[in-house]
Amino acid sequence: MNNTLEIRWHGRGGQGAKTAALLLADVAFMTGKNVQGFPEYGPERMGAPITAFNRISQDPIRVHSNIYEPDFVAVVDETLLASVNVTDGLSEQGAIIINTPKSAEEVRGQLRGYQGKVITIDARGISEHTLGKNFPNTPMLAAVVAVTGVMKKDDFFKQMKDSFAHKFAKKPQVIDGNMKALEMAYMVAEKAI
Amino acid sequence: MSVTSIRERMSGNEAVAEAIRQVNPDVMPAFPITPSTEIPQMVSSFIAGGKIDTEFIPVESEHSAMSAAIGSEAAGARTMTATSSAGLALMWEELLLAASNRLPIVLTLVNRTLSGPININCDHSDGMGARDTGWIQIYAENNQEAYDNYIQAFPIAEDKRVHLPVMICQDGFITSHAVENILLLPDEQVKEFVGTYEPEEYLLQPGKPIAVGPYSISAYAMEAKKAQAVAMENAREVIKEVADRFAQMSGRQYGFFESYRLEDAEYVMLIMGSAAGTAKQAVDELRESGVKAGVLKLRVFRPFPEKEIAEALKNAKAVAIMDRVESYNGNCGPLGSEVTAGLFRNKVFIDTVCYTYGLAGRDFTTDNVKEIFGELQGLVCEGKQVPHNRYIGLRTREEQ
Repeated sequence: MNNTLEIRWHGRGGQGAKTAALLLADVAFMTGKNVQGFPEYGPERMGAPITAFNRISQDPIRVHSNIYEPDFVAVVDETLLASVNVTDGLSEQGAIIINTPKSAEEVRGQLRGYQGKVITIDARGISEHTLGKNFPNTPMLAAVVAVTGVMKKDDFFKQMKDSFAHKFAKKPQVIDGNMKALEMAYMVAEKAI
Repeated sequence: MSVTSIRERMSGNEAVAEAIRQVNPDVMPAFPITPSTEIPQMVSSFIAGGKIDTEFIPVESEHSAMSAAIGSEAAGARTMTATSSAGLALMWEELLLAASNRLPIVLTLVNRTLSGPININCDHSDGMGARDTGWIQIYAENNQEAYDNYIQAFPIAEDKRVHLPVMICQDGFITSHAVENILLLPDEQVKEFVGTYEPEEYLLQPGKPIAVGPYSISAYAMEAKKAQAVAMENAREVIKEVADRFAQMSGRQYGFFESYRLEDAEYVMLIMGSAAGTAKQAVDELRESGVKAGVLKLRVFRPFPEKEIAEALKNAKAVAIMDRVESYNGNCGPLGSEVTAGLFRNKVFIDTVCYTYGLAGRDFTTDNVKEIFGELQGLVCEGKQVPHNRYIGLRTREEQ
């Protein structure tokens, strides 16, 4: 699976880590890739730690197991750093992307000795600023695309615009806010790489 | 014939719902149960949105779902339902009646473990438990196969030589909830392939009264059961014919099983469902390091293709037979027993090891596959003792 990009998402039930993984699969599919996006279901309840996974490849994807040695990890809820070993198996050549207002230096101490890149993004702040509510998914998705380089920036924004236009056909007023959230997050992540 | 495909991405449940939309069956009685709930949910949306005119019957249990399916199919309506795990268990009595009454119902089973302990994740205990109910059973590796198998189910079930119900199985969550690429067929091609259901005999036919499911005295009941067994035999050629016709339309050829790098394989893993993809990936990696490994991915479990399996395995040195179910019989799982019996009767005397894996959603990885091939090699090359019945992926007390 040398040509396959593997990403693991950590979140809490109800925060949309699964949705983010499915969204990433969606946009990668739109740009011509073979994709996989799937959640791991534990005890399903709001607030419980959950994981979701992505495989993205030029080749057909056949493996149907969870991901133990991801290239990238995305953490949607920083309180998980205290209870879940989020960097377990994570490639030192890869990176971890964490939703937090703190700096990378401030959170590195919680990463159990991980030596690779740490990228922090205030997805909550961006979401509240652009959408008026805490929807960390959208900014996290943009950050993951920026950091992994899984697709070209222009392709990503074009696909997301189409996707939002479709998804929010009945409330077009939220499209601009969502696009802005993507742009802000992408910019922050791009700079941090 | 040129092949038209629509490139899409969707989950296994969405893929089956899409196939149902294209087939537009007459009746769907269903009761929701995880992880198959999305299927009746999506079909209900199609009906509400006017995309199909299927009659949806919201029943109060799976026992009623299968009872209603029997009634509507007997009345002459093309009928299907969906379920998982305990839902299939609650249908038990009716599963046998559907087959005995020779009703070509299609059931899409999203495999989930049977309790207990209570758990919502995948294994094959539900489907394997229904292995002797007289249903044809076809298993899928991924969303594409779930979709393709579903479309083939109706022409197989409704063929005059068969007239048996068909269970189309896919792995709960692993396939049902994973979004992956898929190639869909145009609506009109699917409709033409499946055709219009024209049962020869049915209840709502004025002037041609029949009885469905009457008491059968001992002078006839045994013959009825034998006739049902003959129908299951006949299903072999029909499954092949339908697969060939499907290949012409889709470009995707199916058989009783897929032979992956089997031609010169010394060591083989025989496996069913989503884990077959993981096994193929591991086999490619093993081949790079010189191990002659292969995979036999079983697609059709009922009728059981014992001769073909024996033929495919006759040049191998050892085979790992993988059961995603515990049979609690002190011997091995259903695939283990049936494959080894088939090998023996066809005089293929190779080493076999039966493995139990992936119970209640336990993950199955390429490392597990490699470990198993390592054990097969140790058995053959170094004469290492390997128990005939093994678990893989079991955690030790320390790991827990």
